[in-house]
Amino acid sequence: MYFIKRILFLVPLLLLISFLAFVLVHAMPGGPFDRERAPASPEIEHHLQAKYHLDEPILKQYLRYLDGLLHGDFGPSMKYRNHSVTDIVVAGLPVSLSLGALAFCLAIGIGLPLGFFTALHKTKWEDYAGSLAAALVICIPSLVIGPIFIMLFALKLRWFPVALWASPSHVILPVLTLGLYFAGRVARLMHEGMLATLQSEFITTARAKGLSERQVLLRHAFRIAALPVLSYAGPMLADLLTGSFVVENLFQIPGIGVFMVNSSLNADYTMVVGLVLLYAAPLLALNLAVDFAHCLLDPRVRYE
Amino acid sequence: MSERLHLSPNQRAWRRFLRNRGAAAALAVLLALIALVLFWPLCRLAPAANVLPKAMTHPPDAVSDAQFAPPTWEHWFGTDAHGRDLLSRVCHGSRISLLVGLVGATVSLVIGVLWGAVAGYSGGRLDGVMMRFVDVLYAMPTVVFVIVLITALNAVLGKWQAGPHGISAENARLLQFAGLFVGLGAVSWLTMARIVRGQVLSMRQRPFIDASLVLGASHARIIWRHILPNVYGIIIVYLTLLVPSIILYESFLSYLGLGIQPPQASLGSLIASGAEQINPIRIYWWLIVFPGAVLALTLLALMFVGDGLRDAFDPRGES
Repeated sequence: MYFIKRILFLVPLLLLISFLAFVLVHAMPGGPFDRERAPASPEIEHHLQAKYHLDEPILKQYLRYLDGLLHGDFGPSMKYRNHSVTDIVVAGLPVSLSLGALAFCLAIGIGLPLGFFTALHKTKWEDYAGSLAAALVICIPSLVIGPIFIMLFALKLRWFPVALWASPSHVILPVLTLGLYFAGRVARLMHEGMLATLQSEFITTARAKGLSERQVLLRHAFRIAALPVLSYAGPMLADLLTGSFVVENLFQIPGIGVFMVNSSLNADYTMVVGLVLLYAAPLLALNLAVDFAHCLLDPRVRYE
Repeated sequence: MSERLHLSPNQRAWRRFLRNRGAAAALAVLLALIALVLFWPLCRLAPAANVLPKAMTHPPDAVSDAQFAPPTWEHWFGTDAHGRDLLSRVCHGSRISLLVGLVGATVSLVIGVLWGAVAGYSGGRLDGVMMRFVDVLYAMPTVVFVIVLITALNAVLGKWQAGPHGISAENARLLQFAGLFVGLGAVSWLTMARIVRGQVLSMRQRPFIDASLVLGASHARIIWRHILPNVYGIIIVYLTLLVPSIILYESFLSYLGLGIQPPQASLGSLIASGAEQINPIRIYWWLIVFPGAVLALTLLALMFVGDGLRDAFDPRGES
């Protein structure tokens, strides 16, 4: 019941978000035609404004946009003429999706075992080394590690190509640059979750029942200890899948993260609102899914 | 331990913090770093300049012919595209980065604490509306928000500068700084508001709140004198986690060209200009590695201090 209500609530929430984004970019000074190569004459500008209905009151513009949205039309891009927002997203999204999904796998694949392992060796050298590594990758931003990877592995050692998105060897450096930070984050969450869980009473009960240590750790402790990671995984996945400006820009990858930034800078109204929705919809859906999974995994959690 | 009973919870937390060796070491590193970047310009002044090695006395914006010089005895961190000494630029950049992190975190602290305290204290419908607003902002990509805010502020500034009562370039730069702080603070207060709201909500049920209400205290006084001091540990902990994330965000904005503007430099803008110089012919690794290492060291120290504070303030940690 609770979840049905939340699902029904998603639609007005998304509408509100789109309206907020719409008002926000319109409140921005300057318009999408400010950076035209040739300074437009007043007539041309008027014509452009009329063509994209920018001369109407903002509420009417928004309703017009909503009408298009209901028909599955995200409108035309105002900066990249002759391309609709849908065109640009369809071209860029698969690239960002695959990059993000791989980085997600990397984050989970490294982070979970590392956090689990360091928590089991608490206050031993394995713990210190592993935790330091996790802290280190969080503190080195992609802006630093990306250029270092390019200079070391691509330019100096020539193991990998410098940029672009074509063969599997192109994938490795960007995925590492994007995913390592999240791997560190996941490892820390897992580490703390595991430490807290191992102190709780149901673990003592499980041991008292005579279960093997392996069963206690994997079947009982892991399930609860991974819950913080699960909560974090929702926003993390939404972040990763909708592209990262720094990584896409550094490695010249044709994803949509670059568009998110550029269209905001250009005041490309339709693009911004479309991309905001593209970010918000999976984020809200994933948060919902995470809460639902919480219920399934932890019998103590109840929503009403 | 009966001898510790006279200590306040905050004093006990502070003692626990100092007993945590990793956190105390991180705090020492952080303080040393702050002292270094604060007193760095003094190295160029008369008495110190005669004693210290020459590499420590370069001004940050003196252009020289030694362009892209790799690290040497003369320039410990090498030089950049205009032959400026990188060590000096990194020190000045760290100053700006730390300042941005501190002020930005304070801005979001004020917004977040006020928002969360009012929502949690009033409860009911107002609480619902205020927290739904936070939910909506959470679902917006912060990049869009920050870009819109900062470009809007810059445009207003430009108008002021061109207008009849034009302001000087110096003041314009200060205002631009302020705009950056506000922009950074405005996008990072959400989590703070949620945390404070949850704490205040549970605090409001306590009997001592009812007691002071009966004694005739105003709501503002209750929030300020009775509730906030009780949630202050959590606020401090979150603040130390907020500073690094704001420093990181500023470096991202610098990469977009929206952050600190030249001739000023932050660690982020130094790294960004280093990233521009990547080319297949010559590798200028020092332009990235040194500012990056200082940035990472700062963030690492802040993170360990934050961890230590959290453990110290966490009542479950007391044995």
